[in-house]
Amino acid sequence: MVSAPRRYSAAFSPEIIAEIERAADEGLYRIRGFGTLRPLPSFDDLVLLGASISRYSLEGYRERCATNVTLGTRFAKKPIELQIPITIAGMSFGALGANAKRALGRGASAVGTSTTTGDGGMSEEERAESKILVYQVLPSRYGFDPAHLRACEGIEIVVGQGAKPGGGGMLLGQKITERVAEMRTLPAGIDQRSACRHPDWTGPDDLTIKITELREATDWEKPVFVKIGSARPRYDVQLAVKAGADVVVLDGMQGGTGATQEVFIEHAGIPTLPALRQAVEALDELGMHRKVQLVISGGIRSGADVAKALAMGADAVSIGTAALVALGCNRAIYVGDYAALGTEPGACHHCHTGRCPVGIATQDPVLETRLDVAEGARRVRNFLTVLTMEAQTLARACGKSHLHNLEPEDLAALTLEAAAMAGVPLAGTDWIPGRNGC
Amino acid sequence: MIEVDLAQSSVRELNQRLHRIGPGDNEHHWQVVNPNGAHAIAVGLTAPVHIEIRGHVGYYCAGMNAVATVVVDGHVGTGLAENIMSGLVRVRGNAAQSAAASGRGGLVVIEGDASARCGISMKGVTIVVGGSVGHMSAFMGQSGALVVCRDAGHDLGDSIYEADIFVGGKVASLGADCVEKEMTPADLDRVAALLGCAQIAADPERFRHYGSARRLYNFRIDHAAEY
Repeated sequence: MVSAPRRYSAAFSPEIIAEIERAADEGLYRIRGFGTLRPLPSFDDLVLLGASISRYSLEGYRERCATNVTLGTRFAKKPIELQIPITIAGMSFGALGANAKRALGRGASAVGTSTTTGDGGMSEEERAESKILVYQVLPSRYGFDPAHLRACEGIEIVVGQGAKPGGGGMLLGQKITERVAEMRTLPAGIDQRSACRHPDWTGPDDLTIKITELREATDWEKPVFVKIGSARPRYDVQLAVKAGADVVVLDGMQGGTGATQEVFIEHAGIPTLPALRQAVEALDELGMHRKVQLVISGGIRSGADVAKALAMGADAVSIGTAALVALGCNRAIYVGDYAALGTEPGACHHCHTGRCPVGIATQDPVLETRLDVAEGARRVRNFLTVLTMEAQTLARACGKSHLHNLEPEDLAALTLEAAAMAGVPLAGTDWIPGRNGC
Repeated sequence: MIEVDLAQSSVRELNQRLHRIGPGDNEHHWQVVNPNGAHAIAVGLTAPVHIEIRGHVGYYCAGMNAVATVVVDGHVGTGLAENIMSGLVRVRGNAAQSAAASGRGGLVVIEGDASARCGISMKGVTIVVGGSVGHMSAFMGQSGALVVCRDAGHDLGDSIYEADIFVGGKVASLGADCVEKEMTPADLDRVAALLGCAQIAADPERFRHYGSARRLYNFRIDHAAEY
């Protein structure tokens, strides 16, 4: 007798059933780190069109392809000069340990790029290691210190992030050590729930005045970035520009987090691909593309992603999760500790627990020693170098002597969805769904 | 005394002059006239100067203040002395919303009324309000003290952490996790001292004490209805 294959419900898959059982058992929503786990339209759905007869390529190993970018050319007296258009995104000391912040700073500085603080203020380690440090002004204002504002190279007003547009930060009690608590003026061990709105401004007109205040406090020297999560980028980008931003940082749905409700990570915001296109269109409509620099983040993992993002119109990209993976996140070491968390290397998203097996997303002094700062910095430097070289390789093949010369015309989409979202033709056609009434 | 007329010079010129004051300089007393509601006057100060502003000001007056004394002889807009670190900021009139937001130290005195969210996200600042405060005052207050001589609006101290609130009049309602606490002799002494520092005349015996019940410090499903 042949047994019939088991059939599972698509709506109530084993994963869904397990989650319902967990919710019913615990009475709490699921909180986790990392980022969205489900497949989404991404840069993988685009390809670059290398030159042949109709276009003239550059020698891959000999001809120059510049990579530098200047951020903050609109109002700041001292714009930020980066050697590569890849920055390290804001990640809090608290979510990350001090060694991780050190390694990120040292690795980024070695290739002439910037790092960014995060919720909880500026740690002395990251200031010491980062030659170019962007200081975030967050809704919580945890640890916010005007002395740090003066000590940074750039200021980033955080309105939202891609993993949770509309939501505030979260750092669970197990990561609120005495030091983290002191920096944030909070009791140790509590579940820290950051505010989702700024305490002293509401709406774009207030934001204009807030930006002015920050400029006044720093004598108009430092570029002011405005970071938004990708929900309605067309409106939000234009409002940020109107408010006076020098730089807009747009974080797509694939952006990572140290801890957030899973329902937020998987179900709020739009992917990076359409968000970037809408942001560029928004800047174009204002005549501000390239005048206000656009930094895109959320799911950047390779030099191909970098090249495609720049071709779509970004001035730079920002990486968070990928930088942590370069540091050793999800690396197959201390496998027993992954198992103790109920996971394994390659599938770990347990940043929220503070029990990071590789010593990155932890405040535990023993676990932290597992991250060697010098080795971590070397890996971050190497990774950033590889991203840059890969992007240059693709740009030269497209005939570009600067990464910023990449353009939408160099792109084609592999899927209808990506064509519509990115606003580039479906490969082999001239068709961009949604354009010209089609 | 150095006088700056904002009808003749810009806020940017004023702030940059104030930022250039060094430890050995004698430019300690300043008077600013014709502020005409301008924003961001005297922000980011780090020198022990005394500034009198004659007239009404806009947003963020004395924002991020450290060490300096700033006195406003008028009303102030949103975000007075936001993120103040130390020093004294005094307003002889009323304050718009978010006064002393996220302040980490120092003393902010509002002789009149303060609007909504006074002391929101406060982190160590002391705020003394001669009149009343609006709704959601001391929201997520982490540390420090808010002293209100008259009434407080709805949702006072919502989601409060370790800040203390003292109210001399009526409280329209308390926010999530904010409860009335015992007014101990030490609290009475503290209120009396703060009123004295603020040079505000009020009877400490009238004040009631509010703070965190600490039920929301770690998430429990049983307390979900508190939010």
